[in-house]
Amino acid sequence: MSEQDMTVPAADESARVEQVAKPGEKRGGVLSGATGRNLGLVIALVALCIFGIITAGERFASIDNVLTILRLASVVGVISIGMTFVITGGGIDLSVGSVIGLASVWASTLATQTMAEDFHWIVIVLCGLGVGLGAGLINGVLIAYGKVVAFIATLAMLVSARGLAEIIANRQTQIVEVDGFLDFSRSSPLGVPMLVWIFLLVSVAGWILLNRTTFGRRTIAVGGNPEAARLAGIKVKRHTMYLYALCGLTAGIGGVMMLGRTTAGSSTNGQLYELDAIAAVVIGGTLLIGGRGTIVGTVLGVLIFSTLSNVFTQNNLSISAQAIAKGVIIVVAVLLQQRIAERSRAGT
Amino acid sequence: MSTALRRKWLAAAGTAAALALVVGCTSNTPEAEDTAEAPAPAAAAGSNDEAGDKVVIGFSAPAADHGWMGSITKSAVDEAAKYEDVELVQAEATNDVNLQISQIEQFINDGVDAIVLLPFDGAALTEVAIKAMQAGIVVVNVDREFEDPDAARTTVLGDNYGMGVSAGTYICGEVGGNPDAKVAEIAGIDNLPLTQQRSQGFEDALGACGLEVSNRVAADFTVQGGETAAANLLQAAPQLDAIWNHDDDQGVGIMAAIENAGRDEFIMVGGAGSKNVMESIKADDTVLKATVIYPSTQAADGIKLARLLVQGKSMSDLVEVEVPRTVQLYAPVVTKENVDQYLPTAFES
Repeated sequence: MSEQDMTVPAADESARVEQVAKPGEKRGGVLSGATGRNLGLVIALVALCIFGIITAGERFASIDNVLTILRLASVVGVISIGMTFVITGGGIDLSVGSVIGLASVWASTLATQTMAEDFHWIVIVLCGLGVGLGAGLINGVLIAYGKVVAFIATLAMLVSARGLAEIIANRQTQIVEVDGFLDFSRSSPLGVPMLVWIFLLVSVAGWILLNRTTFGRRTIAVGGNPEAARLAGIKVKRHTMYLYALCGLTAGIGGVMMLGRTTAGSSTNGQLYELDAIAAVVIGGTLLIGGRGTIVGTVLGVLIFSTLSNVFTQNNLSISAQAIAKGVIIVVAVLLQQRIAERSRAGT
Repeated sequence: MSTALRRKWLAAAGTAAALALVVGCTSNTPEAEDTAEAPAPAAAAGSNDEAGDKVVIGFSAPAADHGWMGSITKSAVDEAAKYEDVELVQAEATNDVNLQISQIEQFINDGVDAIVLLPFDGAALTEVAIKAMQAGIVVVNVDREFEDPDAARTTVLGDNYGMGVSAGTYICGEVGGNPDAKVAEIAGIDNLPLTQQRSQGFEDALGACGLEVSNRVAADFTVQGGETAAANLLQAAPQLDAIWNHDDDQGVGIMAAIENAGRDEFIMVGGAGSKNVMESIKADDTVLKATVIYPSTQAADGIKLARLLVQGKSMSDLVEVEVPRTVQLYAPVVTKENVDQYLPTAFES
């Protein structure tokens, strides 16, 4: 997207970035270097599904239930894609949950809804995306140019976005009455709900962006070794800013999706989603210190969590036992993944 | 090699022993209490309680992050267990409306007979509740109302406005003689409609005897939040005559702040009706003189109503053939004089 800004010829630059990006690791397809790591996740997901089918049979395997799992996964799924980029680039974004709340509130104010009635329902969507992008840009500028530590800058956004959402909504729930938007979010082309389509589209776009573009290779380079990335001709600061803006944008998409799902904007929307997203990304195999990221892993991580909660409810497990089991599964998944990664490394 | 192995085993054994010790210390139930607990008086052997067709009820409520909400789920589960013909399917308690919606979707997929739902946000859960009703499932809405009357067959509500009125009327009776009396209010989570209704009722009742709220702060139903809010309030108001606290769970923190500040020139009225507050009203050794009940047994009533609805029975004490559309509970004032009557249904905070 910024080819014209580069100071070195494109081919030259990308070759050097390639070197910085990951010495020794083959350029990532679904089935190359990441196979070993993803295998553990696939095993975990399949095991969960087998458990679900054994214990709940038809009820679990029905199409309706699978769609229920996917619908639940979709909002966290979309923000996890954005989070994958930020974490791969060596950062963290704690503000996504609050930004979902802010975007859902901003996109459902009386003013926005009146404008949407007068003009087109797309106004609601654009407003939500704009809020997310704006919040992400503020994060990015503070972190890249203001040199505020990512943890603190996004923590500040977490607190203040929620506060702003409360002020705008006057701590009340705003109901969406724009029929065009509601019809859109309720529709299910080819029998698949719109929310799931959005999740799918964002995932595919994220995968292409990370694995098949210069932007993706720069992200890995910046996260792996910012100094080397700078020497290779990457504008590290600007790239970092883009990463947070991208993550904010996905939070904006998440806010609009939340609006479609609940038909109401509320400042309480998206609470603790940042933790769900970070957990899904890390379980997926993206390194928390940056330099390695996998979209496929993230999607699997999100699916594991939503399947888990579905299986629990199917089996009527006690609420507190569910919470403990979730914690155990997080640890087991990460341990399993480390073992498999070690073995595949030893094998080469 | 073998010493290393032995050390490993020792470490493992040590960890296991420590774990066992910790697990052994987690019990909070006094040994005797289990047997002492009397069966609730619900077993008035009317024909309605006789076993009928099997009823599968899906139940979903917000996270039990305060005692009242914990008691909502606990009393619903206990009530369901009293009936052989009720199978309760419990969904994970959550404050995430996205997850709660998917739980209701799952109940619809599973074809339960009834859903008893205390939504985290009534407006956000309305659409999926309508879907459940359209699928022929009896939906009983508890406490936080849906936006659309078609989203539930029956709604069980507390009386939030009435709570405020009861508290205000009681305070009028105690300090109303002094037209300059300073009355403070510690509200719960401010963005819930129920908090706004409680405050409105309180303001209206105080207005009737010429008083007004001189200081108002809001907490979040948690002990920690109550402590912070009360500490600030006591700093801001050097002299008070009465305090109304919306919620007895945050009241634990409020009492701590009052003790720390060494204040006792006022009376305090609680809200919701927790067991420890009722016990200290009974003992009459603190500033707590009364509390206003907001029943934590609402979801249990929801379970009973769902069962009646599915089995096609009516409420036997009413002439009406059908179960009513709305059941609103009463918010009585509990004082030293009548506390014994309410202690059995009080919730543990």
